[in-house]
Parts: sequence; C-alpha cells; structure tokens
Amino acid sequence: MEYFTQQLINGITLGAIYALIAIGYTMVYGIIGMINFAHGEIFMIGGFISIIAFLLLGLFGITWAPLAILVALLVTMALTPLYGWALERIAYRPLRHSPRLAALITAIGMSIFLQNYVQLVQGARIKPIQPIVTGGIEIMRRGDFVVTLGYLQILIVALTVALMAAFSLLIQRTSLGRSQRACEQDLKMASLVGVDVDRTIAQTFIMGAALAAVAGLIFLLHYGVVDFYIGFHAGIKAFTAAVLGGIGSLPGAMLGGLLIGLIEAFWSAYFSVEYKDAAAFTVLVVVLIFRPTGLLGRPDVEKV
Amino acid sequence: MVARSSAGVPANDILRQSALAGLLVFGLAVALVGVRVQDGSAATLAPLDFRFDDVFTAAAAAALGRFGVLSLRAGLHVPVAAGGAAVALVVALAQWFVPAHPLRLALLFDVAMPNWLIVAFAAFLALCAAWRLRHAPVAVMQGAEARESVMDHVGAQVQRIARFAGPLILLLAIALPLMPFADRRLIDVAILVVTYIMLGWGLNIVVGLAGLLDLGYVAFYAVGAYSYALLAQNFGLNFWICLPFAGIMAAFAGILLGFPVLRLRGDYLAIVTLGFGEMIRIILLNWYQFTGGPNGLTGIPRPSFFGLPFTASPPEGTHSFHTFVSLIWPIEFSPNHRVVFLYYVILTLAMITNLFTLRIRRLPIGRAWEALREDEIACRSLGINPTNTKLTAFAIGAGFGGFAGAFFATRQGFVSPESFSFIESAVILAIVVLGGMGSQIGVVLAAVLLIGLPEFFRDLHQYRMIAFGAAMVGIMLWRPAGLLAHREPTLRLPTQGGPP
Repeated sequence: MEYFTQQLINGITLGAIYALIAIGYTMVYGIIGMINFAHGEIFMIGGFISIIAFLLLGLFGITWAPLAILVALLVTMALTPLYGWALERIAYRPLRHSPRLAALITAIGMSIFLQNYVQLVQGARIKPIQPIVTGGIEIMRRGDFVVTLGYLQILIVALTVALMAAFSLLIQRTSLGRSQRACEQDLKMASLVGVDVDRTIAQTFIMGAALAAVAGLIFLLHYGVVDFYIGFHAGIKAFTAAVLGGIGSLPGAMLGGLLIGLIEAFWSAYFSVEYKDAAAFTVLVVVLIFRPTGLLGRPDVEKV
Repeated sequence: MVARSSAGVPANDILRQSALAGLLVFGLAVALVGVRVQDGSAATLAPLDFRFDDVFTAAAAAALGRFGVLSLRAGLHVPVAAGGAAVALVVALAQWFVPAHPLRLALLFDVAMPNWLIVAFAAFLALCAAWRLRHAPVAVMQGAEARESVMDHVGAQVQRIARFAGPLILLLAIALPLMPFADRRLIDVAILVVTYIMLGWGLNIVVGLAGLLDLGYVAFYAVGAYSYALLAQNFGLNFWICLPFAGIMAAFAGILLGFPVLRLRGDYLAIVTLGFGEMIRIILLNWYQFTGGPNGLTGIPRPSFFGLPFTASPPEGTHSFHTFVSLIWPIEFSPNHRVVFLYYVILTLAMITNLFTLRIRRLPIGRAWEALREDEIACRSLGINPTNTKLTAFAIGAGFGGFAGAFFATRQGFVSPESFSFIESAVILAIVVLGGMGSQIGVVLAAVLLIGLPEFFRDLHQYRMIAFGAAMVGIMLWRPAGLLAHREPTLRLPTQGGPP
C-alpha cells in the first residue's frame, strides 16, 4: 500500500508534465490537423530558458525558492512562446494550403534544427542544477519505508491544475477561446464569419508553447537536469498521451497525459524500468484498437 | 518565404517590420545564445558565460536582412544591390583580415560560420536586386503559383526524360567504381546513398503508393539487420541464404504490426508506427541475452563472392576472391574489392526494388493501392478489401526495408540499436516526400541531396545537422509538393483530353 501510494504520487507528477505538453499537440492538431513534431523541442527550450533564469537569479543572490520559481516561470513563459510563434510563422504558415505531409516534414526538419541549434549554443552535456524545492510531508510509514509527498510534487500538481483550470476557462469563456473553437470546427467557415484565422492559429501556438515552457520548468525542477535531447522523448510521450485521450480534445489530453504518467510509474515500479516506454505504446495500441479515436475523442464521420 | 505583396510598401511600414524582426530575434536569442550554461555548472562558482554581443549582432543582422528583403520587394533595386554588396564585402573582409580585433568581435559573431552566412545572404540579396534591375520586373516570377507551375512543368519534363535518362544514370552508377577518380571514400558514400535510395523506394511503396503514413520504417530495417546478424552468428548461414530470410522476417513484422493497426486512419497510424519503431528499438536495447543490448552484435560475417571470401590469405587449399580470379586474370589483393562488391550488391538490390515497384504499379494490386490512397470509401464500394490491400503494401515495403537492413549489417560488420533511432525513419520519410511523393527519380535526387551532399561536409560536423534540418524546411517551403512532384495518371482514357 505504501509503495503503491508512492508510485501514485510519482505517476501523477510525471503525468502533469506530459499533460501540459500534450495540450499543445492536441490544440494544434484540433485546429490545423497537423502533428507539430517540433513541440517537444519547444518544451526542451522552455527547460533551458528556465535553467538559465535560475542560474542568473542565483548570480544576483535571489535564492528564495518561491520568488525564484515565480520569476523563472514568468521568464520562460515570456520567451519560449517566441519560439512557438516563430516556428508557426516560418515553417507552417506558408504551407497551410499544401499537402499535409509537407507540413509534417517541415515539422521534423524544425525539430532537428532546434535540437542541434540548442546543442550548438549550449553544448551537448547535460546541465545540472541544485535542487530548489526540497523537503516534504511524511504521509505514511512502515518500518523503513517512508512515503513522502514532496513540497515539489505538491507545487507541480498545484501549478498544473491551476494552469489547466485557467486554460479551460480561457477556451470556454473568452473571445479568443471562442475563435479557437470556431477554427477547430471549420477553418473556412470561421474565416467567413470574421475570425482572423492566421491570428488565432498564431495564438494557439503561443499558448501551447507557454504550457510546454511550464512543463520544461517542471521537468527541470523534478529531475534537476536538462539537455538538448529531452524534447524528443517527452514529445513522443506527450503526443502518445494526446492520441490516447483522443486528439483534438482538451480534457482528453489531460486525461491521456495523466494515464501515460501513471502507466509509466507503475510499470517501472512493478515490472521493469527498461520496458516502461514500450508499455505506454502498447496501451496506446490496445486502446486504439477498441476505440479508434482515443478515449474522449469524437468519432469523426467520413464523408465522400 | 512569406506572402509576397507586389505593390510598394510604405517606408515606415518597412522600418516597423524590420524593427519587429530585430526584436523577435533578440527575444529568441537573448536567453539561449546570450547566456551559456557552462558544463558542470552546479559545482563551479561562475556557472554562466555571457555573449550578449552576439545577441545584438544577430538582432541587427535580422533587422537589416528583413529591411533588405522588404526594400527589394518595394522595388528599391539600386540601393539594395549596392547595400547588399557593401555589407557582404565589409563582413567578408573583416572576417578574413581582422582576425581578433576587439571591434570586430563586438560587431560580428565570434565564430566564423554565422558571419559567412551573413555574407552569403547579403550577396544573394544583392544579386537578386541586380538581376531584377537588368530584367524588367514583368519577367520576375509573381508569387508562389508561378513557381509551382514552372516546377510542375520541370517535374513532368524530368519524368519524361527519366525514361531515357534512367538507364543512363544506371549505367553511370554501374561504371562509378571503375572511374579513375573513384576512391574508397567516394564508393563508401555511394554505398550509403544507394542504401538510402533503396530504403526510400521501399518506403515509397507504403507512403507514396498506398498513402499510409509510416513513421517507424526503421523498425523493419532493424529487423532485417538483426535477422541477418543472428542467423549468421547462431547458425553460420551465409549472406545470400540469410537475405531472403531477413526480408521475410521484416515483412512478417510488418504484417504483425499492420494487422491490428491498419484500421486506424492517417495520423493515428502515424503515431502507432512511430511507437512500434521505438518499441523495436527498446526491445533491441534491453533483451541483451538475445540481441547484445546496447553493445549490439559484433563480428557479423562479411559477404563472400558466391562463397569466395575477400581475405588476403585464404586458408590452405581454399580460394579467396583474388586467388580465384587470378586463375584466369592475375590480380593483386586489395581491400577495395569488397567495397566495390558491396556497392554492386546494394545497387542490384535497389534496382530490384525499383523494378518491382514499377511493375507492381501496373498490376491490379498496385492499382488498388493507388486507388486506396485517393479514396478509401470508393474502393470499398468497388469491392476492394482495404485491410488486405494495405497489409500487402505494408508487408512488401517492410520486406524491402529488411533486405536493406541485412545489407547494412553485412556492410558494417556490427549492428547496435543506436543505428535504428527515429531520426532514421524521419530521414527516409523526408527523402520520399522531398523527392515528390511516388516519384522514383525524385527519391534518387532527394537521397543524393540529403545523404550524399552532407557526407562531403563532415568537417563542419557541428553545423551539419542544423543545415540538414534547415534544408528539409527550406526545400519543403520552396516546393511543398516535393522536388519532382508531377503525378502522372497511371491510367488514361483512350480518348483525347482524358482526365485534367
């Protein structure tokens, strides 16, 4: 039971990261129907900007954790979306009316480009950082085995839940969210009724990148390291999460992220660490066989 | 790059947009370029390196470049030609003759490559302006549509020429090792390129003909390579016996994967194939009793020339390649024999793939693939079983991947999971798409561009992958349908006109 609880906590933390990235995938997919392969790199860049912010703050002597995290959060949420915007502007917008595979190839190309760009300017070694949030609450104990709920994990979950709530509100209540939902339903029709489609798509990329940046910050806090390669795996996992939940559906992305996180944590805990990635993909395949549009996805009707 | 407006743009609008471009680049670069986290920073006292001068240089270069492009578009040909040439000249001279002057280090990038990029871009801009100055603006291609139609025409021409040039290229390829300039390095690169051409042709069956987006093609390549390696090591079978087995194993893996997932459509299929590719890699990495784990398998037997090994001194009483040939025609032992032989092996395999594809397109099954790509529902109503049809495409494509994999294993002499990462799948897919989907000659062109060309720039290895990614984006933006895309209908109505 204690072991189970600990894994549950770990899984939820991991799931929060995946869910935040998955939202970016699912929103972009919902609106323009393309896999934004470079989204994982945006997450990685968010992580790098966070570590730079933390180290800069450390240089100025600001080490009080709440302030440091708040500032780093603001910095990374301000700077990372520029990459998301530039990505859309340079690589995707000119291809909006092209074959869909073309945009997929530019996405992969941008992913390779960004990965190697970061490797070039920041070096290939992993970048460690001293733990910023330490300590936690002891919630269970049996003998030597102590289940702790770290302050960091509380922070991560609280941050994720708050962001998602704010985000859902944004989508459901504001005019920006309304135009996004309109674009998701029908791009051409939305532009006919006066929605600025280019602007809405750009905003979608910016919002997705901001959430991915937070995921990067959380990754840094949780693991204490970043390197230029983290984007690839997290990206694939998050995309798997988005597909698992039903791509195009926001609650689906959150649910899928959480599920992938839990599957990974429990699989590593009870079966084998080596095959945790394989487990996530297996679950994806099994779910897709029985529900071809994901858990919460709308079944799309094919018309001739 | 961006939507063109042929009309003149007001001057302050140009200034505003240039300033915005500069600001954007500043924002992009300020953290990642401006501050470098030093390695092992947790322990050191000064963990950061500052390079803000480079950030300002980048922002200024971006603003200036945008200014130049917009001015050119607004029709200011003379100033742009003069300014571009001046900038190119000044930067080039500074880069050449002022090695480490503090002023140069402050104004330009510290490393050479970005400076040369500035030179190249400025010179390009100046040339564009000069060209437009000479030719009346009417002759300038208006927008992307004109370029598309021109390139489509080129694609059609190339495909027409390819019918005659194809055999010629093949002859050249056959003659390549006999050329006087063909050294070991060139043949090695040629082998690599032809391997990717073969993989591209194999994937083309799946993506180009059947229209199934497969992001895990490298898995079949891996299955083929490991099948050969394991069969050869455990049972001592030689390459030629293993080759069909490797293909069959890969095709079987394709069926195994395809059976449950081919009901999925479009991007769901893409992510599942991607996941499958990763799963194969994970299994290869972790099942170390069987696959050798991260160390891979070493000592895979090299291919023999129909039983004659390529060794310098064969055991007593047996022949190796050069001693056997010497019976008829005296030759010296040379390690190049094997390389040349390998080149011919992969060339043959690739040509088999090509011929197979060309012929199967004319068969009912090939036509069914292409019909399925265009409209699945119409196919169903015509009585084509979509799952079986897709499955054959998947299995055949996988089989060719397996052949290429077996070849890869025998050429390398060792295999490890590292060689089969997602990036390989992405590169193969890029070759198919960049060449122009479904175009056989396009695959050749794209493979030469993407694989062959970078091999000669190995010295610039740290910029190589950046340039690779940028080239993928650039080519796609320039020509979204693929370099030589021109879809020729495989069936025409006998009457004049036919389908438009």
